[in-house]
Amino acid sequence: MIKYIIKRILIAIPVLIGITILDYAIMSLAGSPLEMMLGPKTTQAALEAKAIQLGLDKPIYVQYYVWLKNVLKGNLGYSIKNYQPVSQIIREHLGPTLLLMGTSLIVGLMIAIPLGIYSAVHRYTKRDYALVTLSFLGSSIPSFFLSLIFIYLFNVKLGWLPSGGMKTTGGDGGFGDLVRHMVMPVMVLAVSIAGSNIRYVRGAVLEILQKDYVRTAKSKGIGRFLTINKHALRNALIPIVTVIGMHLPILFGGAVIIEQIFSWPGLGLVTMNAIIGRDYPVIMGVALLTAAVVLAANLITDIVYALIDPTIKYH
Amino acid sequence: MKKISDSAEKKNNSIRMIIKRFKRHKLAVASLYFLIFITILAVFAPLIVPYDPNQVSTSFSQPPSAKHWLGTDQIGRDMFSRLLYATRISLFVGFAATVISTIIGVVLGLVAGYFGGIADTVIMRITDTIMSFPYILLVLVAAAIFEPGLWNIILILGFVDWPGAARLVRGNVLSLRESNFVKGSIVAGMPSRHILFSEILPNTVGPVLVYATSVFAISILDEAALSFLGMGVQPPQASLGNILNGAESITVLTGKLWLWVPAGLMIILLVISINFVGDALRDAIDPSAKEDRI
Repeated sequence: MIKYIIKRILIAIPVLIGITILDYAIMSLAGSPLEMMLGPKTTQAALEAKAIQLGLDKPIYVQYYVWLKNVLKGNLGYSIKNYQPVSQIIREHLGPTLLLMGTSLIVGLMIAIPLGIYSAVHRYTKRDYALVTLSFLGSSIPSFFLSLIFIYLFNVKLGWLPSGGMKTTGGDGGFGDLVRHMVMPVMVLAVSIAGSNIRYVRGAVLEILQKDYVRTAKSKGIGRFLTINKHALRNALIPIVTVIGMHLPILFGGAVIIEQIFSWPGLGLVTMNAIIGRDYPVIMGVALLTAAVVLAANLITDIVYALIDPTIKYH
Repeated sequence: MKKISDSAEKKNNSIRMIIKRFKRHKLAVASLYFLIFITILAVFAPLIVPYDPNQVSTSFSQPPSAKHWLGTDQIGRDMFSRLLYATRISLFVGFAATVISTIIGVVLGLVAGYFGGIADTVIMRITDTIMSFPYILLVLVAAAIFEPGLWNIILILGFVDWPGAARLVRGNVLSLRESNFVKGSIVAGMPSRHILFSEILPNTVGPVLVYATSVFAISILDEAALSFLGMGVQPPQASLGNILNGAESITVLTGKLWLWVPAGLMIILLVISINFVGDALRDAIDPSAKEDRI
């Protein structure tokens, strides 16, 4: 067991190094920071002085080493646009994104888990087919198109909800105001999470339902409710929990687009603005952070999975 | 001779069985007909469309009419013609990106799974690394570095989306390596090229095909998202995503539904049809997976 965990961590280290190399390579590919910082009128001498000051005259692997050392100290560089430290920009915008992603994940799973179980229990009936079709629809709608439809319906036609932002300008803010701003982006993200997870939950529950211990529980006569909710569901939750880790990168990718449409002041909006303005230190800082978080989440789910399920093979 | 015709017949039989099982899924069959119909429309778009998709006319922002089935946009271009051309571009991007990523994934997966050792470790660590980055972020950054445009989008999507296929093929190869017919060939001293391409590869075609349909669907969605954000196919060339980009303007969103709703519906119909076909194909190719679950 401990051997498995150590092995899993050892595997994660080259991946983490790979992430930093890829991150640095993309940033170097994007062009020299000199060109981005200085205007067209700068003299050759000033360029060289700046290059030495930034350490750009050294070979690339030395530059990478220096950059990596800074990253490990938490220094992700400075934004080209407003010279703010990247780590500070990330800190300031992380909260709204976590709020949006967390709420969407919870809402999405609250839709997907009951519907997936219902679908599995009533397999090959009309209701099952309807739910599976619905879940395909959920994962086939482009999130930005759904956002446009929601804005058209709830903002333009009905006037119920604000079209974007996190709080009303000039308003007192408050919890109710925040919720009203969250409804549309959360619904859009939750639809896509639910869409892809209903079939996954259904599959996991179906697999458990044909296990011997479920048949035993059934034949003991403890009733359908207890059989499904106590014996089947608990065991089906293990693969469902694992899939949350897999969803993190997709969820963040979705947040980039959704935050852009709803002007939600989170990391996604910052990233999108940085991409449009070619502010590479900011883009790569966010990319590095998210990749590291995803890696850590996968590592934790793997270990938790191994801890929960003693029958898992450690190889 | 007889043996060869026998195996050919067996192969025919199994394909017939797959078709028979596929036909049981009514929705998938309907989706397949729909996709064929749309593909024909898209391929022959230059012969079908009533107007040049980029031809500017004086009838600005007309709602749908007998003359312009889906109306015209702000500079008087016929929206029906633009929608067909956009579908053509989006299908092409999705298809080409899928072909590229599937080829890369299959080759790397075969190498990793069959040869194992260092090759396996290196390839799988690279796969893990790429999978850790949020996919759309990687694509957006690549699109920002290399100028956005039709071919760059195809290459970017193709080069970013292979890890899933590589993992799938590697897993398949690992289990096939343990099968008796492959072990037999190894013992018989067959060259590994023969074992890889004549024995292992044909047995992974099914799952790879099913996986490729989902990549196809995702590629169409991603192209649409990129073009919607202005980082994909560039106007005046129409794509389903950049038609929707127009709806970010509030007058189009509220007053000119014909300019954006058809493109969105087209994306949904294409993606959901591809998903239905893929799902039925999975069932048809590997019915045992389903029988087990009953």
